[in-house]
Amino acid sequence: MNTTLRSLLLALALGASVSALAAGGGVKLDTAPVNLQDQASLQRGARNFVNYCLNCHSAQFMRYGALTQIGLTEKQIADNLILTGAKVTDAMVTNLDANDAKEWLKSVPPDLTLVARSRGSDWLYTFLRGFYRDDKAPSGWNNTVFKATSMPHVLHDLQGTQAWVKAGERPGPDGKPEAVMKLGIERAGTMTAAEYDRFAADLVNFLTFMAEPARTQRTQLGLWVLSLLTLGFFISLWLKHEYWKDVK
Amino acid sequence: MGHSPKPAIAPPIPGLAGQAIVWLDKRFPLVRLWQEQLTGYYAPKNFNFWYYFGSLAMLVLVMQIVTGIFLTMNYKPDAKLAFASVEYIMRDVPGGWFIRYLHSTGASMFFIVVYLHMFRGLIYGSYRKPRELLWVFGCMIYLCLMAEAFFGYLLPWGQMSYWGAQVIINLFAAIPFIGPDLAIWIRGDYNVGDATLNRFFAFHVIAIPLVLLGLVAAHLMALREVGSNNPDGVEIKENLDPKTGTPKDGIPFHPYYTIKDIVGVFVFLGVFTVIVFFMPEMGGYFLEYANFVQADPLKTPEHIAPVWYFTPFYAMLRAVPSYFGTQFWGVAVMGLATLILFALPWLDKGKAKSIRYRGPRFRNFLIAFVVSFLILGYLGVVPTTVWGQLPKGLPLVGGMDTATLVARILTAVYFAFFILMPWYTKKDIPQELPEPERVTY
Repeated sequence: MNTTLRSLLLALALGASVSALAAGGGVKLDTAPVNLQDQASLQRGARNFVNYCLNCHSAQFMRYGALTQIGLTEKQIADNLILTGAKVTDAMVTNLDANDAKEWLKSVPPDLTLVARSRGSDWLYTFLRGFYRDDKAPSGWNNTVFKATSMPHVLHDLQGTQAWVKAGERPGPDGKPEAVMKLGIERAGTMTAAEYDRFAADLVNFLTFMAEPARTQRTQLGLWVLSLLTLGFFISLWLKHEYWKDVK
Repeated sequence: MGHSPKPAIAPPIPGLAGQAIVWLDKRFPLVRLWQEQLTGYYAPKNFNFWYYFGSLAMLVLVMQIVTGIFLTMNYKPDAKLAFASVEYIMRDVPGGWFIRYLHSTGASMFFIVVYLHMFRGLIYGSYRKPRELLWVFGCMIYLCLMAEAFFGYLLPWGQMSYWGAQVIINLFAAIPFIGPDLAIWIRGDYNVGDATLNRFFAFHVIAIPLVLLGLVAAHLMALREVGSNNPDGVEIKENLDPKTGTPKDGIPFHPYYTIKDIVGVFVFLGVFTVIVFFMPEMGGYFLEYANFVQADPLKTPEHIAPVWYFTPFYAMLRAVPSYFGTQFWGVAVMGLATLILFALPWLDKGKAKSIRYRGPRFRNFLIAFVVSFLILGYLGVVPTTVWGQLPKGLPLVGGMDTATLVARILTAVYFAFFILMPWYTKKDIPQELPEPERVTY
């Protein structure tokens, strides 16, 4: 390796270590257990999405018919997942009128087709599990990752009501004991904590699929393309070797 | 005076195909072009790793044009429809996601390849006499590429598309006297809107590509005229074989380098494939996360960052303070940073071309230049508060954002590389090594 290449690599390493410093900041996100191979989870997620999210949010770039990619038949989709009278070929659009939404919720609920790509799956997983009671907030709800969100906790029947409670004490910077706060269930919902986490995980799994339905396909195809290119690489390397034999 | 008829060539291959070539060659300089451009073009035989990136840039250019054509078939340059049409391509057009990722990845890879190609020119002095014009054409290609990328980035009509364009166009508004009118003229509106999208589409799909192709042709023609430089900086044309009249240190471009470049193509496509199929967003650098939200003129994103290949210049822009109530100085510095590249052939006074035979001064300045460019690139991605503030008590710089101060110093280093070049290359210490007469291989 020549000097120039070495200095460039050094410069790159320097750049990389600098950018590593940039990470961090903000609330720590929980890792969403995304598994796009798990069709049962994706189907449960689709059901959760249609039952709870689609009442207010749209997924205007997603057609109901695309749900065949998670192992459902068109009949199953039409019978179980279309609650708005739409056709299978239609986009998943809410029946909530935008003007009504503005009046009731102060803002139009954002489209969710691509939310897993813009916010990230981990953010969504943390968000769905991060609602807590806050009497100062207009809707009565606040969220750990989305301060002053105008979305009320529509899933509180399932999760129950969370609030900040004192979990213990630790010495503060000035030596005096300081309360350690953590989110706790104030009033139980119909699901246990583990069941609700499963519910949120399925929903996030589905949102991740919906943000990019081609993702499963592209990773499978990618391995094929890579192996063909590897083959081509070795053939071209052999050819180069043959052609360059006479270059002295 | 009539032209004497061109003598017919002997069929290069037997059969009907050979006859067809003879027929064509009588009417078109087919064989001559083939010989001049490929089999009769002698390239130095000591090309190394750094010499793959020229042909790879050509490959990416062709890929961008072909994928661009297919994208145009389904894309709608309309502020109401653009974002949805991109999602339509991603979901409903068969293979659409593949074409789109090839194009979006290709844009970033184009810059990576071109930056490495330019770096090659820097280390081996490929811009030096007699290749000044070759370098100038290359710089023009680089400017075109930046324009092409800028216009193209608006088309998906996401939040970063919109606000990125808004910020960049507002830079023009900082130009004294004509600025505000100029910005309106560029946008075709008081804000980035449908009119802006339509004209950017026109620039992206036809105007700039035409200029780009013309410049690439000029770049290649100039290259064929002066011949390639090489890692030793030796002029191979000065050492001809008395029998054949061809350079002793040269080999025909075809088949030797066409075959060798194909190896490079497979390696490059391997890297490309990994990105396209497994990480098309490339951690938010190739496709920014905020760009998956449709453009909203009423909602400014918290943090607007241009795509990574512009960030070194963006960091310079932000680093320059405003004087006399105008941001124009930052814009001027950013513009100069790209234009100063053109002057390089005339700033370098060194005897040897290649870094192999140059002294440590040039090497150290080059390392400082590359490192500043990379760190500026990083600083252009993050908010200026990333490294906190300097202590209040410090003279002059107290309370200032640390990153801003660093960006200012690095901007100075970037320009020092060029402005001080006549001095530090004229008499490099301890001294330059003698250049060899023949290439080392």
